[in-house]
Amino acid sequence: MSQHVVPPSVYVKVFGGLTILMILTWVMAFVNLGVFNPVVAVTIAILKALLIVLFFMNVKYSSRLTWVFVAGGFFWLLILFFMVMPDYLSRDWQAPVQPW
Amino acid sequence: MSTVAIAPESALMPKRHYANVRHSVASWLLTTDHKRIAILYLVSITLFFAVGGFFAMMVRLELLTPKGDLLDGDTYNKMFTLHGIIMIFFFLIPSIPAVLGNFLIPLMVGAKDLAFPKINLFSWYLYIIAGVVAVTALVKGGVDTGWTFYTPYSSTYAKTEVFLAVSAAFVAGFSSILTGLNFIVTIHKMRAPGLTWFRLPLFVWAHYATSLIQILGTPIIAITLVLVAVERIWGKGIFDPSLGGDPVLFQHMFWFYSHPAVYIMILPGMGVISEVITCFSRKRIFGYEFIAFSSLAIAIVGFLVWGHHMFVSTQSTYAGMVFSFLSFLVAVPSAIKVFNWTATLYKGEITFEAPMLYAFGFIGLFTIGGLTGLFLAAMATDIHFHDTYFVVAHFHYVMVGGMVMGFLCGIHYWWPKMTGRMYPPLLASIAAALVFVGFNCTFFPQFVLGYLGMPRRYHEYAQEFQVLNVMSTAGASILGLGYFIPGVYFIWSLFWGPVAGPNPWHAKGLEWQTTSPPPTFNFEEDRPIVVEEAYAYSIEGAESVS
Amino acid sequence: MSHSSDSLVAHHFEDIEQQNESAVLGMWLFLAQEIMFFGGLFAVYLVYRYKYPEAWAAGSTDLDIVLGTVNTVVLLVSSLTMAMAVWSAQTGRQKGLVRYLLATLVLGSTFLVIKAFEYYAKFVHHHVPGASFSFHSEHFPNADEGHVQLFYCLYFIMTGMHALHMVIGAGLLIWLITLALKGKFGPDRFMKVELTGFYWHFVDIVWVFLFPLLYLINRHH
Repeated sequence: MSQHVVPPSVYVKVFGGLTILMILTWVMAFVNLGVFNPVVAVTIAILKALLIVLFFMNVKYSSRLTWVFVAGGFFWLLILFFMVMPDYLSRDWQAPVQPW
Repeated sequence: MSTVAIAPESALMPKRHYANVRHSVASWLLTTDHKRIAILYLVSITLFFAVGGFFAMMVRLELLTPKGDLLDGDTYNKMFTLHGIIMIFFFLIPSIPAVLGNFLIPLMVGAKDLAFPKINLFSWYLYIIAGVVAVTALVKGGVDTGWTFYTPYSSTYAKTEVFLAVSAAFVAGFSSILTGLNFIVTIHKMRAPGLTWFRLPLFVWAHYATSLIQILGTPIIAITLVLVAVERIWGKGIFDPSLGGDPVLFQHMFWFYSHPAVYIMILPGMGVISEVITCFSRKRIFGYEFIAFSSLAIAIVGFLVWGHHMFVSTQSTYAGMVFSFLSFLVAVPSAIKVFNWTATLYKGEITFEAPMLYAFGFIGLFTIGGLTGLFLAAMATDIHFHDTYFVVAHFHYVMVGGMVMGFLCGIHYWWPKMTGRMYPPLLASIAAALVFVGFNCTFFPQFVLGYLGMPRRYHEYAQEFQVLNVMSTAGASILGLGYFIPGVYFIWSLFWGPVAGPNPWHAKGLEWQTTSPPPTFNFEEDRPIVVEEAYAYSIEGAESVS
Repeated sequence: MSHSSDSLVAHHFEDIEQQNESAVLGMWLFLAQEIMFFGGLFAVYLVYRYKYPEAWAAGSTDLDIVLGTVNTVVLLVSSLTMAMAVWSAQTGRQKGLVRYLLATLVLGSTFLVIKAFEYYAKFVHHHVPGASFSFHSEHFPNADEGHVQLFYCLYFIMTGMHALHMVIGAGLLIWLITLALKGKFGPDRFMKVELTGFYWHFVDIVWVFLFPLLYLINRHH
């Protein structure tokens, strides 16, 4: 699995992709997209992370087990995000408690 | 039942085994042998159990009378805090995984060692460093935040050694992570030929699920404790309400780990019970796949329920409803296990050796602990029970009635494998009965106290609660005796116990196919090859042995 | 793992393949742990950014975007050199391996030096949380000082944890360079280089998220 040798040309291409994405995220930050600014920023960051994980870290050429644990790690993080945020999103929905 | 064939001691006890290949202190402290590391853990967690037990004793003594005559309020706060921190981070979390898991998983999968022996030793050293830091915190004046380190007790209003205590828990966390990492890699990559996933002992499945929680949950408490520590250093920080910080966010982060941590503590116990119940029923375990997958289900669903600790802490009611619903779901895989163990007993050829007595105790007490948890998972009843002795009783039924029972069960079951010697069976059964009786006397009254409304964490209480509190303290002394006796006969058995032989229980599983104690590389010949299913017990087979 | 330097397979493994697969799996589990470790900080970040968007914009706009961008480039290049180091080890290029490892080390150190300058500037301007904290923004007059202080708490802890990981990474690189100079790596033994590479790339990924989330909020103002 780790015996797979990735040729340098792939690494250089990936690096090129990362550079383009970095410039893109920089430019987009200076354009007013309203609420979509953070969405775009995070999407680009995820794309960059994917490039790094798949090619620099060889996951593209790795066993299914590696895929499972890589995906599992990120998925667990989403559990944390998606279970913490509802509390903060819905706290103001309640009518304030009347002191008696 | 068969009787152990009478053979000369020398034939049953190997001349050279893992424990006597070398004798120097350095050979123990620098060992990479998983079995020796397990013994190091056994000794160290027993010490911490004694320290934690001492604090429990102080708490129970103080609560003998309604007035605070033994300890003042601040000291009492420190006592229950230190009891909690030491028992949870230094006894319960490492207990079964680091001792029995460490010793048995390589044996059970037919490997020579865990995948990363040096990391295994390193994690013991991390544990010891954490222990030293914790003891330093204790000596320098203790901590009074409660084991949960809730902000702002631990931040804005902290006057005690919070920084040291938090650092100790942080380091202990990494010890736990590395143990889990080692187990998962070993289980994935080092199984003997023929040992497919569904031939693995359920003990191994339980540890796999535990390790997942350790790896995915522990880092969150680590970083949260870093945030608290930084707040102590800067004087301002993430959870500081004066900046607009939210102390409830600390509780979210804390319970994201600490609720699953309850399953770190109980799942390995369930693994032990699965082994013992099937062995002493002489029957293949009922519903193997269901028990195996219910471990994973507990590990996963356990991550989705933490908000039930926060129903009354200004968490949104709507989030509370979701957490409440999900909490009820965890009861399903837990119940699956209990039903399967019970079904295994059905028409089994049951014998009542000491490990089996502990297993029975586990099933009963864990069931009570689990079912009372549902009262706390329901929002309406939780508002009444929150922060009362009902919670204390529930928690101890699962942790002491479940996990400590499970630990003692496992130690009694595998002691002959670990040491090659037997303990006195009658005395062991008496101790098991004492633990069971003492435990129930200690904690059952606390359910009633909580129902009547006695709040936890106060050193004084109203007069009318005294009778039940005296019962509880009396029970605690029986429980203490029940824990003390095994300590004595285990040490006795090391020197004078009858030689056990490789398989005193006629049990199935690879660990019983090598000598007791096992040689350094676990199996004398080449790796074992597995050709039969797990738990291939048959009642006829057992009879034909005798 | 092995006791004698000549034996490639440690005593408890059956063969080199089992040993390598175990090492790779172990590293990924460690990185899963790291994802959660940093992830906890991102969760805190998410909650407070949702609660205090104004303060987050104010704090972010005050960070030095030039230094932040330069550091991003430095780290991306260092990931490339690290990948090339692994390739050199896999293909038996001893000199290339040492050079690429050195390049990675130099780039990593550059990152840390730039980061130190950034921290120093914050210290001078009283933007370090604590008793002496003070903050005024012309663009965001409504930003509460306390909330901005929360931003800076997170800024320092997140980038600090990241920098700590960089320091550990630099230590690993020095260790690898000394081993490489002794000729310890080759096509059949490059696990240590590969696994250090995983770690280095992971630290890079953390920065990939930190950079837009800390430096690039509301830059269009």
